[in-house]
Amino acid sequence: MNSVSSPVTIFTGAIAVYFLFITFPRQLTSPRAALAILGLGLAFFGIGLTDGHFRKIVTTPDNVPIVGMLFVFGYFTWFAMRKAVANDIRMEKGEPTVEKLETDEKVLVFPYLIFIEFVIALVYAVGLVLWSIFLKAPLEEPANPTVSPNPSKAPWYFLGLQEMLVYFDPWIAGVLLPTLIILGLCAIPYLDRDPSTSGFYSFKGRKAVISVYLFGFWILWILLIIVGTFLRGPNWNFFGPFEVWDVHKVVPLVNVNLSDLIFIKGLSRGLPKQWFIREAPGILLVLFYLAVPPAILAKTVFKEAYKKLGAARYGFLVMLLLLMCALPIKMYLRWAFNLKYLVAIPEFFFNI
Amino acid sequence: MAEESQMDRRSFLSWFGMAWLAFAAATTGALSIVLRALFPNVVFEPPTSFKAGLPADYEIGTVDERWKEKYGVWMIRTPEGIYALATICTHLGCTPNWLAAENKFKCPCHGSGFYKTGINFEGPAPRPLERYRIALAEDGQILVDKSRKFQQEKGEWNNPESFLNL
Repeated sequence: MNSVSSPVTIFTGAIAVYFLFITFPRQLTSPRAALAILGLGLAFFGIGLTDGHFRKIVTTPDNVPIVGMLFVFGYFTWFAMRKAVANDIRMEKGEPTVEKLETDEKVLVFPYLIFIEFVIALVYAVGLVLWSIFLKAPLEEPANPTVSPNPSKAPWYFLGLQEMLVYFDPWIAGVLLPTLIILGLCAIPYLDRDPSTSGFYSFKGRKAVISVYLFGFWILWILLIIVGTFLRGPNWNFFGPFEVWDVHKVVPLVNVNLSDLIFIKGLSRGLPKQWFIREAPGILLVLFYLAVPPAILAKTVFKEAYKKLGAARYGFLVMLLLLMCALPIKMYLRWAFNLKYLVAIPEFFFNI
Repeated sequence: MAEESQMDRRSFLSWFGMAWLAFAAATTGALSIVLRALFPNVVFEPPTSFKAGLPADYEIGTVDERWKEKYGVWMIRTPEGIYALATICTHLGCTPNWLAAENKFKCPCHGSGFYKTGINFEGPAPRPLERYRIALAEDGQILVDKSRKFQQEKGEWNNPESFLNL
């Protein structure tokens, strides 16, 4: 189990599951399949709890809510997808959607929605009180700037950011990408302006949008939180779920830049002195990545979308997509080739 | 019943203007006090330079951590001399740990690794650890001056002040 859970297998597995899910949503959201998945998850935790180390990590007060969150996340993904699939089947048969069947009238937010939200807020307040009574937040020794706890972990909702920081420079992972995430989420209503599928659950009507969103949510958010919480140990090394967190675990991680690979390994000569010659291959590669796929996609897979959205909207959407995919791509490059930077210009603090 | 007094437009506006002026003055006063509070009356700043004992106190080939807690400095004695490394990771400023068994500095926050020289070789740190100015004081002790930093990527490690030849 420990050897299976190397980052490459975990990410490849998660991405495979993701593609399975968006390809066969009907089969995978059937109650039987959902129960089987839930059973597998529970069985994994049940068996895992017999392992002392796994039990220690999972039952740490900080981590208990994250375990809970995983099950809640699974439930809501299933719930929404199940409703969407049910509507898709009905529409194929020419029947009205479930939402239309319930009522065709509009309902006022106040009091109908507010009342439900109020009750839920009460339930959550009670839950928070109970949680704080039974799971004590540890009070540790006073902060000392010369001592960083090992491992130093961000709050769970920032673990995705912390994982990004391993692969990108702080100005990209800490400033540029979070800004783009917020901008991208703000831009959704301006990019997806098709009213024909609004007002009810549907997967078929919004396949592209839902798929992209799920990729970002599953892989770049939930999976990174899982990795950061359960699989990152002392010295920010990668540990299997049943592997004891050994402070002295030695992982050779000598990083190389693309320029090293090309000039020293490929052409077996020294690095050129001028940075623009040294980094030309990397700069060209990045420009190629940002320019050529949008053009190809506009002619092939996204032909319809390009026509519907127009050049400006389409360009913005594809740019967001490419930058989102840049994170897993860079992670794979780091794991597979120990690649540090595609473009490394420490002279200007500009590393990609 | 008292007769209602009618205020004409001109006096109303002048009262109104005075009220605003008073409000603005009060707000400015309150804000200025808040701003004043941002500057502490007493600042504790540890001295930027300190005496680190005699060169003979350091064993050749080891990373000495005795000043890490107090001044944030590692002293590294090589056969040629001695240099003072800053204990601040160049990635986001955590404090790395010296792992003697692996012969490297390793940051617990994002896994950056540095050789004993301070050169970064793994993880996300974009540049080597910084060195501080080091010299011999008149009494023969080592003097470490944290107000001067030397960065390898700028070629500053060639500066004789960044390395104490012994």
